[in-house]
Amino acid sequence: MGGLIKSSIARKVAMALSGLFLVFFLLQHFTINFTSIFSEDTFNELSHFMGTNPLVQFVLQPVLIFGVVFHFVMGFILEIKNRNARAVKYAKYNGGANASWMSRNMIYSGLVVLAFLGLHFYDFWVPEMVHKYVDFAPEDPTRYYTELLHRFESPVRTGVYILSFVFLALHLWHGFASSFQSVGFNNKYSVGATKFAKAFSIVIPLGFIIVAIALHFTH
Amino acid sequence: MNLTLKIWRQKDATSKGAIVDYQVKGIEGDMSFLEMLDVLNEQLITKGEEPVVFDHDCREGICGACSLQINGEPHGPDRLVTTCQLHMRKFNDGDTIYIEPFRAKAFPVVKDLMIDRSAFDRIQHAGGYISVNTSGNTIDANAIPVNKDDADESFEAATCIGCGACVAACKNASAMLFTSAKVSQFALLPQGQVEATDRVLAMVNQMDEEGFGNCTNTGACEIECPKGISLENIARMNREYLSASLKG
Amino acid sequence: MSILDSKIPEGPLADKWTKHKNTINLVNPANKRNIDVIVVGTGLAGGSAAATLAELGYNVKTFCYQDSPRRAHSIAAQGGINAAKNYQGDGDSNYRLFYDTVKGGDYRSREANVYRLAEVSGNIIDQCVAQGVPFAREYGGLLDNRSFGGVLVSRTFYAKGQTGQQLLLGAYSAMNRQINRGKIQAFNRHEMLDLVKIDGKARGIIARDLVTGEIERHSAHAVVLATGGYGNVFFLSTNAMGSNVMAAWRAHRRGAFFANPCYTQIHPTCIPVSGDHQSKLTLMSESLRNDGRIWVPKRVEDAEAIRAGKLKPTQLSEEERDYYLERRYPAFGNLVPRDVASRAAKERCDAGFGVNKTGEAVYLDFAAAIQRYGKEKALTSGMHNPTADQIRELGEKVIEDKYGNLFQMYEKIVDENPYKTPMMIYPAVHYTMGGLWVDYNLQTTVPGCYAAGEANFSDHGANRLGASALMQGLADGYFVLPYTIGDYLSHDIRTGKIPTDTPEFDQAEKDVKDRIEKLMSGSGEHSVDYYHKKLGKIMWNKCGMSRNEKGLKEAIGEIAALREDFWKNVKVPGEANSMNPELEKAGRVADFLELGELFAKDALDRNESCGGHFREESVEQDGEQKGEALRDDKNFKYVSAWEYKGEPKDAKLHKEDLVFENIELKTRSYK
Repeated sequence: MGGLIKSSIARKVAMALSGLFLVFFLLQHFTINFTSIFSEDTFNELSHFMGTNPLVQFVLQPVLIFGVVFHFVMGFILEIKNRNARAVKYAKYNGGANASWMSRNMIYSGLVVLAFLGLHFYDFWVPEMVHKYVDFAPEDPTRYYTELLHRFESPVRTGVYILSFVFLALHLWHGFASSFQSVGFNNKYSVGATKFAKAFSIVIPLGFIIVAIALHFTH
Repeated sequence: MNLTLKIWRQKDATSKGAIVDYQVKGIEGDMSFLEMLDVLNEQLITKGEEPVVFDHDCREGICGACSLQINGEPHGPDRLVTTCQLHMRKFNDGDTIYIEPFRAKAFPVVKDLMIDRSAFDRIQHAGGYISVNTSGNTIDANAIPVNKDDADESFEAATCIGCGACVAACKNASAMLFTSAKVSQFALLPQGQVEATDRVLAMVNQMDEEGFGNCTNTGACEIECPKGISLENIARMNREYLSASLKG
Repeated sequence: MSILDSKIPEGPLADKWTKHKNTINLVNPANKRNIDVIVVGTGLAGGSAAATLAELGYNVKTFCYQDSPRRAHSIAAQGGINAAKNYQGDGDSNYRLFYDTVKGGDYRSREANVYRLAEVSGNIIDQCVAQGVPFAREYGGLLDNRSFGGVLVSRTFYAKGQTGQQLLLGAYSAMNRQINRGKIQAFNRHEMLDLVKIDGKARGIIARDLVTGEIERHSAHAVVLATGGYGNVFFLSTNAMGSNVMAAWRAHRRGAFFANPCYTQIHPTCIPVSGDHQSKLTLMSESLRNDGRIWVPKRVEDAEAIRAGKLKPTQLSEEERDYYLERRYPAFGNLVPRDVASRAAKERCDAGFGVNKTGEAVYLDFAAAIQRYGKEKALTSGMHNPTADQIRELGEKVIEDKYGNLFQMYEKIVDENPYKTPMMIYPAVHYTMGGLWVDYNLQTTVPGCYAAGEANFSDHGANRLGASALMQGLADGYFVLPYTIGDYLSHDIRTGKIPTDTPEFDQAEKDVKDRIEKLMSGSGEHSVDYYHKKLGKIMWNKCGMSRNEKGLKEAIGEIAALREDFWKNVKVPGEANSMNPELEKAGRVADFLELGELFAKDALDRNESCGGHFREESVEQDGEQKGEALRDDKNFKYVSAWEYKGEPKDAKLHKEDLVFENIELKTRSYK
């Protein structure tokens, strides 16, 4: 993948665009999840649509998976390249003096989010795939909400989810706003956009946390 | 004041280096950081030891030669200054100060604290100019009016002194701020438009070839830049690069 | 008849250069490819010359001791560059720039050279703008100008306080273009250690690779020295730490005459010395004098109280201040030429009115300018009853726009806020008008060896006007030398490549290696800096802003003794065959120790006061000008060109009489 996009700026832009795509997905995911705390039916309805609509299943889903994989593989490639760009490390490096923790540790916040994605796939996506394409179980448009509740039974799991969302927030805090800079969007309008991005990176993960807690206690 | 210095010593490019401890006494607040090192070197020479080698020349913050990583920050804790303009009043009696060279694979150590920044020169060779003959047979200077704001912004970008603090500060050792400053200077002027496409492609290509890291927008470069070169230049270069790539 | 032939073309002044260009020999483009030129030094003069020569088709090799051509000390010039563009419509012309330069130089420069300089000055601006140099502009998009000391028109182009940097980066970019084309080979971190002559002609140099310590031979059909001035002979100066006289001095030892070594410019607006640790001095652009008013307390008691820290300058009322430049020179006030301003500051400080710890500082005050600009700004922005604070704030903003970076630099160094309390300044060595003697073609007395920029003596006479150094460097490099050198090289089209395995190169290399060995074998009592500082003290005290026979004679003896001690007792640690900055310094100081003596000898010979050279024996005795410098045109209207004859004391003086056909010699009066 690194070979396809050779120049540093092209890679940077690719990171930004894939990130922006994932941000958009996150918003959509959050919207559906959020319905679960006030309307079981709406949630089931939307989930059923997402789970059965062929466009979503066979076009958007692969694109999304590609986007995720691209984003983290490119992230790894860049991280390795960047580490190599400084062969001898500083004996003393005061990174905190000139850059935020978030911006310096995208790889770690990203890795936590990636691990979380693994868990999340294990929790939802794998059973879903098994349900649909291995067992060929009959479709029940009302099963989604129950399954969801079931996942948030365990306080440990809920805790892990919450922690992961905190890291997601940290990742977004730098990543979202920084993607504007990467694509060259830096003018009088980008000031407002940056504020929006910062707000987004708090509000959305916080929303996910609220959903998780709500579901845990609904049980 | 009395200080403990932990200084990187390295005989030459191929030898291994290490941090060595030194003590200096009687340092005054009015001394510049390099004058403090002069005191140490005078001490070393008297003892028959080799003085610490570091790059420096104008000692008034403009030539861009001095390049020390002081306590983990390029040009030390003060802002908008080069090492030569950092004064000892920023330190306290009894302090321990780490002094290392600017580190990047593209900036190999020459000796002790002196590094080879010819990578920057090569980026400039690749396209950091306007191809105009120096015959003087150009049009009258005032025949090219330039919007004052653009001219001022171009000037701000052009104030880069090529010291390499941006690379040294960046956790990825990226040279985007340096390269973008030069690209911006010309991109903002009508004279620079003719070659704008080729210039940005050539300079970014050379920058990548030199082995600098990628920009991850941490903003450390802008904070540490002794001339306060803005991150806007990087955004501008990204734009220029994208549109140049699309043009082919 | 002197053996010096200045080769000034015949004809009326304004036609000389054009006529000369039309009649000198040219090298055809195909032949240029077979000709090599070495350019030592990559500042404004060297960088622009290298770029232009390469562009014309010659194969160019450049040498600089810095790690990149971009770091040459031209970069530190702040204020601006003069050009007779008359964009402001204030009556400027080539003639006026020529006149101001000759007058400012106290009638000790060559008319024809100066006129040529004025003639090409406009081209420089055109060239630089085309290269993308971001000069300051007005709102209409056209270039802005400011005025500078010693002249009555606004002809100075500038890029905030960093004009030198922007012009140098322009020349560097022109070089980069040629490097990319393969026409320039840049040898950075290389120092020229000797000039190689074959059959009397300059044919190459011996250089040391400063990283490996290797001694290298480089041959060429001509050698251009653009290695700057020798202000560092004073140890403390505004020059860069590495600025040195080695290349010029080596050429001098090989037969190039050294002209007017005693002409030194002491710049009036530098940050005062703070202590013995001081390694260099920092200049504050002279443009500050456009808005700053210079003063000291009227009463000695007040000055003493200020020095003791008991009184603040802002506590003194207008009546208690002595704006001594405005008092002594009502016509020019704070904008008198540099030498006049410097001597006036020294005079006040020597009389006990100095205002810092060491007693060697005067005030440069912006309070009046802040008020003036503040009121103006309030008026134009429609504020009807601005408060004092608002006016102050607006005024400070205007000052910040104009001089922000200088004020910031001052605050970093001195730790005082110059917006709130007056700056302290004191004169410091800044520029050397003397240098290698060159003819109209910029050729030294060694055929094939040229000198450009500050390294030559040609255009500024005994004193240089502000913003003229950049002009001269670029004029020499872009527009003069590349053409005049062709006249010489046209005889070399059949020479072929110059081999480096000749006895002349062998000998030069051996001389260089012997000298290095001798430097390394000193018994090791004192560091190089120890000697450099001692030399500096002698120079500053006895060959500084004011000179007299007794002091100069003492200086000659003291420097000779110091030189002898240096060669016996200097301690150079490390090895010769690797990077060794102490060895580099030692070689440079060794040459300063010779130059310093010649400097004093020249100053002793010139028993008149002219420009930057002030002899206490030669002052006006009465009348309005009483106490001011007295020039002696009858006896000293010549260029002193010194021929090397072994020890500096044996140097032989040759005089080039200066002929003034277009300007009447007058006493410089700025009253």
